[in-house]
Amino acid sequence: MTTTKSKVVYSPVFTDGAEFRIPTFKLLKQDGKLYKSAKAPDLDKDKALRIYRAMVTTRILDERMLAAQRQGRLSFYMQCTGEEAAVIGSAAALDDGDMIMAQYREQGALAYRGFTIDEFMNQLFGNEMDYGKGRQMPVHYGSKKLNYMTISSPLATQIPQATGYAYGQKLRGEGHCTITYFGEGAASEGDFHAALNMAAVHRVPVIFLCRNNGYAISTPAAEQFAADGVAPRAYGYKMDVIRVDGNDILAMYQATQEARKLAVEYNRPVLIEAMSYRLAAHSSSDDPSGYRSKDEEAVWREKDPILRMRLWLESKKWWSEHDEKQLQENMRREVLETMKRAQKRPPPPLETLVSDVYDEVPPALAQQFDKLKAHIRRYPDEYPKSAEHAKGGA
Amino acid sequence: MTKMNMLQAINNALDTAMAEDERVLCFGEDVGVFGGVFRATSNLQQKYGKARCFNTPLVEQGIIGFANGLAAQGSVPVAEIQFADYIFPAFDQIVNESAKFRYRSGNLFNVGGLTIRAPYGGGIAGGLYHSQSPEAYFAHTPGLKIVVPRNPHQAKGLLLAAIHDPNPTLFFEPKRLYRASVGEVPDEDYRLPLGEAEVTKEGTDVTILGWGAQMEVIDQAVERAEKDGISCEVIDLRTILPWDVETVANSVFKTGRLVVTHEAPLTGGFAGEIAATIQERCFLYLESPIARVTGMDTPFPLVLEKEHLPNHLKVYEAIRASVEF
Repeated sequence: MTTTKSKVVYSPVFTDGAEFRIPTFKLLKQDGKLYKSAKAPDLDKDKALRIYRAMVTTRILDERMLAAQRQGRLSFYMQCTGEEAAVIGSAAALDDGDMIMAQYREQGALAYRGFTIDEFMNQLFGNEMDYGKGRQMPVHYGSKKLNYMTISSPLATQIPQATGYAYGQKLRGEGHCTITYFGEGAASEGDFHAALNMAAVHRVPVIFLCRNNGYAISTPAAEQFAADGVAPRAYGYKMDVIRVDGNDILAMYQATQEARKLAVEYNRPVLIEAMSYRLAAHSSSDDPSGYRSKDEEAVWREKDPILRMRLWLESKKWWSEHDEKQLQENMRREVLETMKRAQKRPPPPLETLVSDVYDEVPPALAQQFDKLKAHIRRYPDEYPKSAEHAKGGA
Repeated sequence: MTKMNMLQAINNALDTAMAEDERVLCFGEDVGVFGGVFRATSNLQQKYGKARCFNTPLVEQGIIGFANGLAAQGSVPVAEIQFADYIFPAFDQIVNESAKFRYRSGNLFNVGGLTIRAPYGGGIAGGLYHSQSPEAYFAHTPGLKIVVPRNPHQAKGLLLAAIHDPNPTLFFEPKRLYRASVGEVPDEDYRLPLGEAEVTKEGTDVTILGWGAQMEVIDQAVERAEKDGISCEVIDLRTILPWDVETVANSVFKTGRLVVTHEAPLTGGFAGEIAATIQERCFLYLESPIARVTGMDTPFPLVLEKEHLPNHLKVYEAIRASVEF
């Protein structure tokens, strides 16, 4: 039985794919003033400042840690620069009990939820206090207590997982939803299509947040899809969709607030396409000068989402030059001091090489581990000297 | 005790698990009201509702991605892949996600509640894409458990163990035996150990090792060999990953000979892993080379299926050759 209830025509009428165009929702102009017919969302001072501090924290963390990578202190880093409003504005519109399943550039959401600089640093340096036990490359954060699923490098795998996670939340009936973040490049993966279709069919409380930042490493969006962005795909799944100016903190906040209502109260999954720009390189291993112009970057630097929010806060008299200076100074100092501490902490113990593969170490793996320990004891100078090695075994 | 075929035993295991724990969910293609193309999930939707037993769109990577998310959330998903031949679109979700979820998060999160059921194996005129035995692909992935039952009693006990095991588990069901294998099955919940092989017959001259549908083939071959006066010890590996080296090694210490058989092709098949490990453990006890009786290094054929399969005659010949070496 087909579910299509279409009217019948008697000549071959094609629908042009280009007809599916979606407008962009904006509230805030770059000068910090609202558009003429725009109305600010219900956002109180405390929350607005929590959002702003998370944005500034993310920007400073990114600047300092990229510098640390350039100095050889870190193996790798990825910046969120330019996309702070898209990430933090959406995360702030959720309940802190909602699950976040991110891609890898959403450290701002974690900063908003309260991940400390110390927690960031422990992961970046893979020391013994890293929750991930030093197993993943830098920026693969996770936090059980903050409902932030540990990052996985393969692109888009988190999207159908978010659909499944949210289905479980719906069954549990506690009024929570899941948001999943991904880029416009990852939206080409099969997992994206599987996830949206399943969410629509099973009426799952999940928000799909596509950060359309213009580039998948070097590939521009125009070479990623022929359509008008990612948003029109929602039509095909019969899903609610909105396109938002991703550099507009107020629009991102309000759009996600409304999306959350649709998801939690009506079990309607939502696709949000946040239009933004990746101002930084893809990662510390990338150099954008090979594929885009400085002029193009300059245009987007003028649309800085953090400055835009700051001007709005100042217009509300919620923020001052003095506040800004103090926040900047405090954050820079905290990042530097915390980095020094985290860098000195020892690596995770040798046992963490074999733990957590299963709930218990299977016998054959235990034997491999014994063999490794005996080997390391024979060549103590050839292996890194963690505390455990120094004790003559783990 | 009730007399059941393997499908009924599997259905009974799912029913048992769903009755005991409302977090247990069954889903996949055609799994809902129809009860699956093999009917392994018959009546579960009628009994437990559409929220807990349901059809999914036709997208294996989506089914397993969805299942991973559910398991991470704390549900106990039992996802069906209609044929093991169609599991490959989900390969990424299984080997990069299910298998590594606990490790990469430092045990903050895990998908231990996940069980993936898939019918595997030949002998049903299924050709290339309804006959494969893909266990070796997954056996190369630490973090997964892989289980294969040989009869209805084993199927229920191992499936219940897989569902309750705190690790993601692939449960490959020998579809040739779905209706062909019949036996007494306890009505209550019982769980057979994972990671433990079972010596199904003791003997002194040669050890024959297999799993799943191949156990029936082994039994026929052994019957013939014993008429020749060869005393055979038979082992059902049951869990492919992590596998029970001790039980196999102890048997080979005694018999000095080992024949391993599986339907999957020879090259890169799991018999190779077993042979390498056992020669290392039992080198000075071996009386003959470890023999592998497997499918040929071809795609799975259709008309020439009988010639391709490692049947009882080929296993019998390998037993003779091992003893006469």
